[in-house]
Amino acid sequence: MPALLDHRLIFVTGKGGVGKTTIARGLGLLGAQQGRRVIIAELTPTCPEGGIAEIELDENLFFIAVDPQAAMEEYLRIKGGAVGSVLAHSRLFATLAMATPGLRELLGMGKIWELAQLERRTRDGDAYDLVVVDAPATGHGVAALRTPRVFADTARVGPIAAHAAAIATTIAEPDFTAVVAVTVAEEMPVRETLSLADTLADDGLQLDAVVLNQHRAARFSAEEDEQIAAALAARSPIRPGDAVAGALSAARSARARAEAQREHADALTARFGDRLVRVPALSDDPEGLAPAVAHALVKGL
Amino acid sequence: MNVPELLAGRRICVCAGSGGVGKTTTSAVIGLGMAARGLRVCVITIDPARRLATALGLNELSNEPRRVDVARWRTGLTPGTGDPPGTAADVEPAAGELWAMMLDPKQTFDDLIDAAAPTVERAAAIKANGIYRQLSSAVAGSQEFTAVSKLYELAQSDRFDLLVLDTPPARNALDFLEAPQRLTGFLDGRALQALARPTGLGVRLLGVGAAPLLSGLKRITGLDLVSDITTFLGLLGPMAETFGHRARAVEALLRSPETAFLLIASAQAGSIDEAVWFAESLERRQLPFSGVIVNRFHHDLVGPTPLGDLEAALTAALGGDTDLAVRVAETMAAYHALAVRDDAELDRLRTRLGEVPLLAVPQFDAEITDVSGLARIHAYLFGSEAERAALIATLTA
Repeated sequence: MPALLDHRLIFVTGKGGVGKTTIARGLGLLGAQQGRRVIIAELTPTCPEGGIAEIELDENLFFIAVDPQAAMEEYLRIKGGAVGSVLAHSRLFATLAMATPGLRELLGMGKIWELAQLERRTRDGDAYDLVVVDAPATGHGVAALRTPRVFADTARVGPIAAHAAAIATTIAEPDFTAVVAVTVAEEMPVRETLSLADTLADDGLQLDAVVLNQHRAARFSAEEDEQIAAALAARSPIRPGDAVAGALSAARSARARAEAQREHADALTARFGDRLVRVPALSDDPEGLAPAVAHALVKGL
Repeated sequence: MNVPELLAGRRICVCAGSGGVGKTTTSAVIGLGMAARGLRVCVITIDPARRLATALGLNELSNEPRRVDVARWRTGLTPGTGDPPGTAADVEPAAGELWAMMLDPKQTFDDLIDAAAPTVERAAAIKANGIYRQLSSAVAGSQEFTAVSKLYELAQSDRFDLLVLDTPPARNALDFLEAPQRLTGFLDGRALQALARPTGLGVRLLGVGAAPLLSGLKRITGLDLVSDITTFLGLLGPMAETFGHRARAVEALLRSPETAFLLIASAQAGSIDEAVWFAESLERRQLPFSGVIVNRFHHDLVGPTPLGDLEAALTAALGGDTDLAVRVAETMAAYHALAVRDDAELDRLRTRLGEVPLLAVPQFDAEITDVSGLARIHAYLFGSEAERAALIATLTA
């Protein structure tokens, strides 16, 4: 089994709000820092500017927001010849295709697969060493992973079935594709992560790593907490703007939050062992976050 | 501004927002609070956290609304340390009723087919169709479609004064609005019917013969899939029209002045950008965008006062324990950085929102898993401006 960043394709999923995008960017940045040519691909874009353009973010680091409709148009132009270009411009056809169950997900996955090929199909498309997929939330993410197989089974014949089967085979290849779940130490995200591991196991896949994001390690013991509480009580009534009281409150709050996380973190450790990577709660602003995450990941991977 | 003012005169409250921002919890608080003010409220949720559901006595949530048994809320109360701002007494409905249901997309879809099919045999044939099975259980789309469908059904019944919809978890908050349209676009099958009839208006309008379109469709999808879809749409027949009607009625309901869209966001990095974008999308669609609730913001515990030589002051306060003082100061520095960041993010959102009200709920130390936790949030959402300010002041204690 290769190291996580030595896969060609890394699929990053997890419950909404746990920081998938942040972790995907951190992984991508880390890969680029280590000399790989990396693209971060956002599947089901969160912003309206989805398209098909590969944007250079930094040295060796690229970004693409995969819009299924744009992916379809590109596919039709490449594979469909003259008829394809007519279809690519047909609104009627686009409506039908976009409404066909699963086809949007398949087209998105098709584009991801294309990005991960050493021989790119698109004109001027250079090969990437690593594609980090910023995937949809758990349920949708699993659906996207499964779509190619489902399509291959449903369509049975024809080029799309063959193509879907090829994509499905690639995804099931453990040396090629890795799946990373991102979670935080709270009830629902942990439950989803555990059930994601079960679901993937049913499909013969496994979680290559689980990132415990926004992790708060205990910094104060119970005795210290009492000491802090006593110091806080001694300052009562608290003047507005009392920085010492503020700091003591922040310390108590940090301890309470670390305690609240512990049970969930323990459950994750029990299940995933050394596949669990902890990323601490970071206070960097949005621009500084990816480097800080990359730094935290280096230690865990 | 508070939630009762935001919802005055509304019959439907849609809690929208991207995943993980606290939509379900916020929906529960709104339901509890409005019921406490005497309304008959029903909360439609998708997948509540188990502990929260248990705390509310909702172990047996089903696809039909169930009444929440008030007596059982008390069993969910845990004795807090100190006085939590907001107590369970604040959220006990006096004259109102609280109902809740957990959406089962597959069941809702099946019910729709049963209701619309002319015969039992036709309904059974549709439900056995492969395309239907994929459609009704696909994660993407079916939750959204059935959620608005259920909302519409309950709105027609007049059983409730207020419906609170906790929208399905999705990366993209707009999926809630777009997925039902995509699904009805497929179900009413006009596009495919136009393709199947070479003389169809759709094809002629395009100025392209149907033959290349059909062969193109075969080329990319494979023939069997097309025939499966055609069979399915054939079975659906005139029922497709029913779906189209319903989709338009739902759309009208969502746009009506009786509906309020509340955008739920979190103060965490990235969430504010999504909130801004979602707010723009709601406005562009002319949907009744009524307010924003931002969860989990870190309140600045010191304000603009310079931290000064905090370590020395802390060492004195902690009886000379320098090691502990250093760690407390580091914790404070990290917390302060978070507070400064959250403050800047909230300001950015406020500037963008203009007149649209924004209610902010702080980050709590413990996970919200019981009624006393809901009561704490309730105090922020249902209190007056002055009450909120007083609560914020008590955070340093």
